[in-house]
Amino acid sequence: MKRLFLLLCSGSACQSSGALAVKQALVEAITEQGLTEEVQIVETGCMGPCELGPILLVYPDGVYYVRLKPADVREIVTEHFLKGRPVRRLLWTAPAPEPRTIPFFARQMKIVLGNCGQIDPEKIEEYIAVGGYEALARVLTEMTPEEVIAEITRSGLRGRGGAGFPTGKKWQAVREARGNPKYVICNADEGDPGAFMDRAILEGDPHSVLEGMAIAAYAVGAEKGYIYVRAEYPLAVKRLEVAIAQARKMGLLGPRIFETDFSFDIELRMGAGAFVCGEETALIASIEGKRGEPRPRPPYPATFGLFGKPTLINNVETFANVRHIILRGADWFANIGTETSKGTKVFALAGQVKNTGLVEVPMGITLRELIFGVGGGVPEGRRFKAVQIGGPSGGCLPESLLDVPIDYESLKKYGAIMGSGGVIVLDDTSCMVNVAKFFLEFTADESCGKCVPCRVGLRLMLSILERIARGEGTEEDLQQLEDIGHMIQSTALCGLGQTAPNPVLSTLRYFREEYLAHIQEKACPAGVCPALIHYEIQGELCRACDLCRRACPTGAVQGTPRNPPYSIIQDRCIRCGACLEACPFGAVVKIPGRKG
Amino acid sequence: MTVEKKAILQKFPRSPDVLLSLLHALQRTNPQNYLTQEDLKLAAEYLGLPLSRVRDAVSFYTMFSLKPRGRHIIRVCESPNCHLAGAWSVVEELKKTLGIEVGQTTPDGLFTLELTSCLGACGVAPVMMVDDEVFGNLTPERVREILRGIRGAG
Repeated sequence: MKRLFLLLCSGSACQSSGALAVKQALVEAITEQGLTEEVQIVETGCMGPCELGPILLVYPDGVYYVRLKPADVREIVTEHFLKGRPVRRLLWTAPAPEPRTIPFFARQMKIVLGNCGQIDPEKIEEYIAVGGYEALARVLTEMTPEEVIAEITRSGLRGRGGAGFPTGKKWQAVREARGNPKYVICNADEGDPGAFMDRAILEGDPHSVLEGMAIAAYAVGAEKGYIYVRAEYPLAVKRLEVAIAQARKMGLLGPRIFETDFSFDIELRMGAGAFVCGEETALIASIEGKRGEPRPRPPYPATFGLFGKPTLINNVETFANVRHIILRGADWFANIGTETSKGTKVFALAGQVKNTGLVEVPMGITLRELIFGVGGGVPEGRRFKAVQIGGPSGGCLPESLLDVPIDYESLKKYGAIMGSGGVIVLDDTSCMVNVAKFFLEFTADESCGKCVPCRVGLRLMLSILERIARGEGTEEDLQQLEDIGHMIQSTALCGLGQTAPNPVLSTLRYFREEYLAHIQEKACPAGVCPALIHYEIQGELCRACDLCRRACPTGAVQGTPRNPPYSIIQDRCIRCGACLEACPFGAVVKIPGRKG
Repeated sequence: MTVEKKAILQKFPRSPDVLLSLLHALQRTNPQNYLTQEDLKLAAEYLGLPLSRVRDAVSFYTMFSLKPRGRHIIRVCESPNCHLAGAWSVVEELKKTLGIEVGQTTPDGLFTLELTSCLGACGVAPVMMVDDEVFGNLTPERVREILRGIRGAG
């Protein structure tokens, strides 16, 4: 009889911090102690708090071991598993009867991520044991396609990939479109920097996506589906391959599912490193084996999609919501969230925030609750400055907007977007000009080059930002940034271009004085832009230890050992900061603005 | 055509839409991680596509290479989260230890250093991938350790 169940997070993040080595050490120590009959190890998908990995959740005690090293494992096995005394120094929090009372989890509402970290994603039996494929069975045996679409429409579910188009309406359009065959595509080309919820769902609960796709296929009248997944996600690819094979073997994909007339099968397609392929028309071109370039819409994929046939494209998280709506009803779903944004949304918290990782919260909670409640706020001694939400298509919102509710409309109103749910918290060490420049470098680089506003316009904006960061900007530049930005927004061919100016426009809107400091005072207040800072050595703190002089790559530091103070020759200094890092006494300081 | 490549081709249906998957498979069989002119011709003939169509697709996607690369491809994430967490010190360390610039291959043919957009492991930034394996919470010391490990394993 198994007495203890060990849930070991095996998501990509935990694997990268050594989860597999921990597993091997666990197996060895458990075997050594003769506990193999009593302890079961389950490799699960992402549990959420990635920076604490590798993570081990032990049931029935309900305790989390965090930041595990293989060397810690023997102690846990002998002390905890054998003698029943949890190793406190390795625990996340004191033992609690219910792990969900930990603040990080307490404010979350896990629906889409419900199975992630709870089941073994490579065993279809575990998915079925928690109600998996029940929704598909109910749909195929008790509902007509029209009823399914009506239920999804009534739930108020909107696309989780970014734009927030009503899912039911999209399904209806594909159902009504003329042409055969029809296709269902899952957009798993997650590429927004800072967003990794789709990866976690694919790695942690792949069957929920397959089930959502099958239900959608029944509703729109398709028999074939494709999942287009990034080649950068090999673990997700592997788990999807396993899941598809298992579902086929059990007859949950393939001909005559649940002995009905409905047949549906799914093929995997891998990308090859092109961000723009997340755009639906580019994605379709890529599945067809072509360059992944977008084309003008209309016609929309609903009428003219893959191979010119009616095609439904939804994102991973959207499909993962479907089974819950069918099982628990549209009313239940519509009760969560706000008037126009229903259900939950998964966010990827990152940047200068205590708890980084994946979180799922009801729509409509405020940015403050998300960042300070769930995320635990910025680390000690730092000050919150802005939150970048929605990735390269999103915007930066300041502290004064922290009480804005998170829903599609509110975020858009203030110049950000929901996007796929990447949230980057920035503190006072971040320069907003630099952040805007960074995102623009990304989109300018990923622009496919097909339309002029995006190809040329983004480059123009970038060159202006670079000028400002060098201290050569003028006030007219700000007006020009806004003009070009608005022009790109209204004329670019696809979503990539139309939203690419957002990071610049939103920082101009809320952090204009920081741009002006770069232009008028030739100073970077956050001390980031190298051309607009300088370093000095504070004579009274200098002990003439010579470390700074030795660290300097350009010979800009002057002085004689044991004869303070040292000084910096500003003309030679390249402002790399090596002297500041080398100084053990805090005598080197970084000062905004050029010398003099 | 080598026996190995013939075996790869036969795994795919002769349908133009499998082009990217086929190219991935062909690139993987080459120890130097790139597509040869021969590979492009094979893919074009097998799928009944003009050679220009195949080249057109290959040149669009960053993960395909027409130049020989190292046995292991190191891809450092250059997205904002990794950038904020110090990805540049990781790149500098890699450049120094490997003695190459981004985009180059070590003289022993073991490593190619590349940058990549978000790898989706932002919770453990900065992050890099070596072939299919993700490494997170990188520091210059950890980078040296990882490289030593791979060199040791051959």
